Amino acid sequence: MEKLLEVKNLEVSFQTYGGTVKAVRGVSFDLHKGETLAIVGESGSGKSVTSQSIMKLIPMPPGRISGGQILLNGDDIVPKTEKQMEKIRGKEISMIFQDPMTSLNPTMRVGNQIMEVLIKHQNMTKTDGKNRAVELLRLVGIPMPEKRVNQYPHEFSGGMRQRAMIAIALAANPKLLIADEPTTALDVTIQAQILELMKDLQNKMDTSIIFITHDLGVVANVADRVAVMYAGQIVEMGTVDEIFYDPRHPYTWGLLASMPSLENDDKAELAAIPGTPPDLTNPPKGDAFAARNQYALAIDFEEEPPMFQISETHFAKTWLLHPDAPKVEPPEAVKRRMRQLSSTFENPVLVKEGK
Amino acid sequence: MAKYIGKRLVYMLLSLWMIVTATFFFMRIAPGNPFASEKKLPPEIEANLNAHFGLDKPWYAQYWEYLVRIANWDFGPSFKYKSQTVNDLINEGFPVSFLLGMEAIFIAVAVGVLLGIIAALKHNRWPDYTAMIVAVLGISVPSFIMASFLQYFLAIKMGIFPVARWESFMHSVLPAVALASTPMAFIARLTRSSMLEVLANDYIKTAKSKGLSRGVITVKHTIRNALLPVVTYMGPLTAGILTGSFVIERIFGIPGLGAHFVTSINNRDYTVIMGVTVFYSILLLVSILLVDIAYGIIDPRIKLAGGKKGE
Repeated sequence: MEKLLEVKNLEVSFQTYGGTVKAVRGVSFDLHKGETLAIVGESGSGKSVTSQSIMKLIPMPPGRISGGQILLNGDDIVPKTEKQMEKIRGKEISMIFQDPMTSLNPTMRVGNQIMEVLIKHQNMTKTDGKNRAVELLRLVGIPMPEKRVNQYPHEFSGGMRQRAMIAIALAANPKLLIADEPTTALDVTIQAQILELMKDLQNKMDTSIIFITHDLGVVANVADRVAVMYAGQIVEMGTVDEIFYDPRHPYTWGLLASMPSLENDDKAELAAIPGTPPDLTNPPKGDAFAARNQYALAIDFEEEPPMFQISETHFAKTWLLHPDAPKVEPPEAVKRRMRQLSSTFENPVLVKEGK
Repeated sequence: MAKYIGKRLVYMLLSLWMIVTATFFFMRIAPGNPFASEKKLPPEIEANLNAHFGLDKPWYAQYWEYLVRIANWDFGPSFKYKSQTVNDLINEGFPVSFLLGMEAIFIAVAVGVLLGIIAALKHNRWPDYTAMIVAVLGISVPSFIMASFLQYFLAIKMGIFPVARWESFMHSVLPAVALASTPMAFIARLTRSSMLEVLANDYIKTAKSKGLSRGVITVKHTIRNALLPVVTYMGPLTAGILTGSFVIERIFGIPGLGAHFVTSINNRDYTVIMGVTVFYSILLLVSILLVDIAYGIIDPRIKLAGGKKGE
């Protein structure tokens, strides 16, 4: 499969009064055509900053891409100017935001907000743009699009606004769609509908999707591959099966164990990861997760763990995979779902030393 | 829409009636009368004068007569300017005051909004600081001091503009600028903070993610949303400019309505006080109505009560 996007060793920092916050610390991943990659992690793990950096949407200053490359079709976008980025945003890459209540302009007709993209990127006239906007609204499942196209966002419900946002994002047939928690602000029924719509449209248009979420249920539903982020780094990455049935990083274990499940004993309390994420102004020495990790080894507090490869597609950044590490048992809730996957290597291979 | 405006007109009449009544009684409670002067008038003459202007009748009769006359747009004769009616005074003075006021409002809104936008777009850089220093000066320097400064530097020292009087457009520049300085500064600050608030909104990020240029985002997405508070301020601004113009007209020797308003109170010129008050009240009520209608046009979320849904 062809690689659409390659992120190499991306570093993003923010200048604040309290010092420099290193929000993204060396993130690398790639994305193939038509593939969906989910980035999961708790608030402040750097998943939104990573995705917004891909469109260079982070406010600069105070934000800064302090290192790495973002290759879109082999072309690095990090050194591009704002003027050059305008040709990429909306056309090559577009984005759906978390809260559909605030992401549409309240004083502009929905149709005009879609037409803007068409006029800018497809050189359409106003009449053509309007007809296409009606088509797009119909495509995203909004009833009576001829009438809706002339309405304002406040006349739409939350789910319909998110549909309208999707119509805007897909208007210029982008190759990459970044969805930043697109279903977080919606209720569960609407969530399911929006996810179905996105999958459906992805099949029709062959778009790649980066799906940012903290909801693992959503991940299982939409993603081909999953990247788990913690404290500005990807700690584990693999296919959905690998992450759900053969997780290797203790942080991924923690996330999976804290997911409510019907199989859980209803007497037992739902597991939670203790503590809070570290302050990224001064990232801790060694493994950033060590302080909250019940499986932490002595070396975790001293040296950053290297990246190990478990299969062709599965990577994890933990000392537990080192040949000298003691054998540990994952939590009960995770162990229950563990499965032997055929693609797994005999032994984990060290692919990249920690810094 | 028509229903809404009709309803508002009824409320306006009600407010107007309350203003007329309050002014009428407060004026009568104030000691003195139009004919009081250093030289005491002989009682017969005063009685005659009172009879001539109807001041000898009981208060309720006077009050009723006055209401009837106002309903017919007749403010009666002036007590002081013997040969003129109040309507004459308003017809003479108002066009001058109106022109001055409009010029001032235009300057205040145009310059204020522009300064505010520049300040917000260049947030925390030198254009922002410059605009805000201008704004702080404008708010803290009273208009009459501003007027004297303008007269001294631009008229007397540099001779660019005439010092005073009301003859040509050049004569109107300095008074209009003096009158506009405070509201302009206020609008600049208002626009700036409202722009900054709008710029932090998600839909601006959406606009950016569509690949729109900064200019398009500012014009099409930011300004319209940022101007709502400025439009709200336009009602009180009109009031401020109208009342502020009394002082400015005095300083620049402009034959507007403001002078009459001030002198008539000292003279206890009852009909002029009433007439000018009623006239200004109407002006204010209309401007507030216009602001409310403009608000509904700019922000589609605001539905004017009585307007049909989906219009």
